[in-house]
Amino acid sequence: MFQNIGEIMILFWRTLRAVPLAWHQRRKVFDQLFEIGNGSLMMVCILSLFIGGVLALQTGPELVKRGLSFVLGGMVGESICKELAPVLLAILIAGRSGSAMSAEIGSMRVYEEIDALRTMNIDPVAYLVLPRMLAIALALPTLVLFAIPVGWLGAAFISAINNQIAVGFNVFFQDLRDVVDAGDVANGVFKSFVFALAIGIISCHQGLITRGGPRGIGRSVTKAVVNSIVCILILDYFLTRVLIYVQK
Amino acid sequence: MNAPAQAAPNVSVEVRDLHKSFQSEEVLKGINLQIAPGQIFVIMGPSGSGKSVLLKHIIGLLRPDSGEILIQGESIASPGIRDKFRMAMVFQSAALLTSLTVAENVGIYLSEHRLYPPEEIARIVAAKLEVVGLQGEEDRMPSELSGGMQKRVAIARALVIDPQLVLFDEPTSELDPLMAVVVGQEILKLKSLTQATSIVVTHDRNLAFGVADRMAMISEGEILFVGAPEEFKNHADPRIRNFIYAELPPSHSSAKRTDPIPLKL
Repeated sequence: MFQNIGEIMILFWRTLRAVPLAWHQRRKVFDQLFEIGNGSLMMVCILSLFIGGVLALQTGPELVKRGLSFVLGGMVGESICKELAPVLLAILIAGRSGSAMSAEIGSMRVYEEIDALRTMNIDPVAYLVLPRMLAIALALPTLVLFAIPVGWLGAAFISAINNQIAVGFNVFFQDLRDVVDAGDVANGVFKSFVFALAIGIISCHQGLITRGGPRGIGRSVTKAVVNSIVCILILDYFLTRVLIYVQK
Repeated sequence: MNAPAQAAPNVSVEVRDLHKSFQSEEVLKGINLQIAPGQIFVIMGPSGSGKSVLLKHIIGLLRPDSGEILIQGESIASPGIRDKFRMAMVFQSAALLTSLTVAENVGIYLSEHRLYPPEEIARIVAAKLEVVGLQGEEDRMPSELSGGMQKRVAIARALVIDPQLVLFDEPTSELDPLMAVVVGQEILKLKSLTQATSIVVTHDRNLAFGVADRMAMISEGEILFVGAPEEFKNHADPRIRNFIYAELPPSHSSAKRTDPIPLKL
């Protein structure tokens, strides 16, 4: 495990050093952006709509019973933008795009394509890892920016139509406006940026160390997704601690 | 954009006391070789004898446990060696980038190193594809090509580099005899076009004797012989003779001819 962490750190450092080559790799960055961003947008919207809905459904009736229905918008709104949207979207993207990254790079590794790049003096980090890292670091925060208002809408809609809650749009969004500010949205977007870097580097690293044939590729994909999710949840705790301190 | 620096068209290669083990298995046991500039040097040997591992050391994809590889007198491990000498390898699997078209594969060295503008790269790629008889195939994907065509695209990719050293790993494996001859001709054509030093690893006897200036035989990680193809053919070592002249027993083939197994439905 420690060897893997060390290798991931070195790969991250080498990726940072390759950043000046980003403009030359712009076509690959756009391709990846399209794949991660555009390809996931519909799924992200559906996911956040239902996350918002279920959150309102779980908390709304309890708050109404206690006569606190006026705090529903703020509570649900803040939960979505600070926690649920960045974490659940990161998990979604780890499963969707992280797995694709490790499978593609792993297959290139197994079928000697990466060796071929090396023989041509083409750095696999600049050619393969950098575009994916840049794309996911741009795409995930952007998707979270989309997901937050969609999640709010989902929560507001369920709050309005559910008989046990019956909190209107105006009340919901009035409280949301009072509680949630731009700093809270930035909090969620910043978290998703860090998660994106973690997913990207873990998945690319797992691809680069793939051994064996198709079974090795499958193993790499599984490890990339599982390790990314574990890393997201651990990072989430520490980021939350730091951001609570910073926002005080 | 910088065009490739003009340099000698070929380089010498020297392998000194090369040792390599994977886990406890010693794959290379002190290999020594000297390859003169401009030669086609063929390394033969049975499967699992360490040929491909040796080739990957020469191109710098593997690091030796001990010993060294010298390209024109400079260690392959020294920094900047790849900027100094143009080296290319044609892999056994062709190793084309499957997500790129034929043209993008062939031009990848030029585009990634930003050596020429895109129009010039397209012109060079078309010219190199014509050399290997694949003109007009620019937009096809590697998965749409036969094994022989993929090998020729890999050779075109090597040609684009204008290499001083080209390594071929089992270039005729998985090819039918006709396509193997075509690939052998491409190796000779590449030498006449570029004067590059070529190292060919193969166990295809026809290819080896068809293209070699000098040959070596490797068995169980050791060099058994280095010399001219004629000396190789006439060598007395039974391991070499067995390898070169191995054939099915005549009685077996004649039995097949005279006593065909009746087809039962």
